[in-house]
Amino acid sequence: MNKSTTPPWQAVVVGVSMGGLEALKRLLSALPADFPIPILVVQHMDPQSGDGLATILDAFCPIRVKEADAGEQPLAGTVYLAPANYHLLVEPDGCLALSIDPPVNYARPSVDVLFETAAEAHGSKLVGLLLTGAGSDGSRGLRTIQQRGGHTLVQDPTEALAESMPRSALELLKPDAILSLEEMAPRLLDLAQYSPPKGLKPTRLP
Amino acid sequence: MPTPNLQHVEMHLLLEGVFQMYGHDFRDYAEASLHRRLNKWLAESRFPGFSEAQGPVLRDPAVFQTLLKGLTVHVTEMFRDPLAFKALREEVIPHLRTYPFLKVWVAGCATGEEAYSLAILLEEEGFKDRYRIYATDIDPEVLTQAKAGIYPLKELQKFTQNYQKAGGKAAFSDYYAASFDLAMLEPRLRERMVFATHNLAVDANFGEMNLVLCRNVLIYFKPNLKARVLELLDASLAPGGFLCLGQKESLDTTPWQKGYQEIAPRSRVYRKRYE
Ligand SMILES: C[S@@+](CC[C@H](N)C(=O)[O-])C[C@H]1O[C@@H](n2cnc3c(N)ncnc32)[C@H](O)[C@@H]1O
Repeated sequence: MNKSTTPPWQAVVVGVSMGGLEALKRLLSALPADFPIPILVVQHMDPQSGDGLATILDAFCPIRVKEADAGEQPLAGTVYLAPANYHLLVEPDGCLALSIDPPVNYARPSVDVLFETAAEAHGSKLVGLLLTGAGSDGSRGLRTIQQRGGHTLVQDPTEALAESMPRSALELLKPDAILSLEEMAPRLLDLAQYSPPKGLKPTRLP
Repeated sequence: MPTPNLQHVEMHLLLEGVFQMYGHDFRDYAEASLHRRLNKWLAESRFPGFSEAQGPVLRDPAVFQTLLKGLTVHVTEMFRDPLAFKALREEVIPHLRTYPFLKVWVAGCATGEEAYSLAILLEEEGFKDRYRIYATDIDPEVLTQAKAGIYPLKELQKFTQNYQKAGGKAAFSDYYAASFDLAMLEPRLRERMVFATHNLAVDANFGEMNLVLCRNVLIYFKPNLKARVLELLDASLAPGGFLCLGQKESLDTTPWQKGYQEIAPRSRVYRKRYE
């Protein structure tokens, strides 16, 4: 990819709760293995659930999916999931961090914690997606992303498995778009100015 | 040059001042969570900004204590990550059983739950009076709570579940007495424990431990401080001893990787090699 087509985005952050496995499967499997922006995901889950979700999604999607490790520098072509029972945060230099600070909005990992720290680190070069879920985690964080000039997308509550998370965000802010899950991946590819490598079927990055 | 972030500059100056005045070094803590805690402390304080807080914090140790309390995270549980304690019981204890006397260090023990969990485990595995547990933390206030061994009764349900998943051999209710909404741990569990303040960022090593637990502390540190602490832990561990880190902390890709062997993949329990 040459310089002029490099998208301005440094990260995509995704928050999802109830109904998340299905939603993440559909969203992430529609992205190519060489998607050019790192993706960071908070999915609410039971504290004891282990790293099964990353394994399932990694097997299911062309793009690489892994559990986030503390201190790692996020790479393109990779989705980083918050581990069960840890908050996922973004350091000012863009590296990932984990904490066991108390739950926020009854949740650890919490979407607000990821969104707010990512907004702090990346400012206007951040895309935030809030998907299906119960409760209201993520609303404040998405507003912070918007206040810092980032791009905000909310799943249409009428088609979400659980509507209260996207709905409570819509009460707090007017996002750049309200989209169905189906429309999310094309929108991300658009934002990333992604064009598949010529003649090559996209393959997984090493 | 990127535009300087005023708040970051103010936070940085405050932490620098705290280090010089009180010797507590937060300058190399991971920033995202530290900044969140600093902001929370500021919001709950009477100060309009960090610059305004700086004078009082540096001049008044009582104000500094509130900051210290706000900056440290004391979240912990008994038998947190039950499978790690199960691994200790099944894979580590058989090696340690042969020792005439066992020295254990719990670094960053917070309110003590982890240290009591170990005392229970060692008692069940027959160590009786053949061990000592050194439980240390940077924050003297949590150590006072740790010494008391009294926890909210509502926590005990989770502790009990963890204990059972960790391979507990008795009834967990044997280890505490409930009174109103509190649970008092059996005083005998504390007989072989020593509590002390110890700052991993600046203090010296402990020397010749057989088992060191330092869990969910390194995730809060930047790479250079993490390296300093790993060096300290390594220097405190006898050859053949065991180091137990948190589930999301590891020796992979550190200079200590070669000197240790993980007892099972991703157990985060490492055995120090004999030279
Ligand atoms: C999140 S708690 C972890 C408690 C326990 N080890 C566990 O895993 O459940 C982290 C503890 O580390 C302590 N701590 C933070 N910085 C420290 C330092 N520089 N030296 C010693 N302890 C420190 C904090 O006060 C806190 O009690």
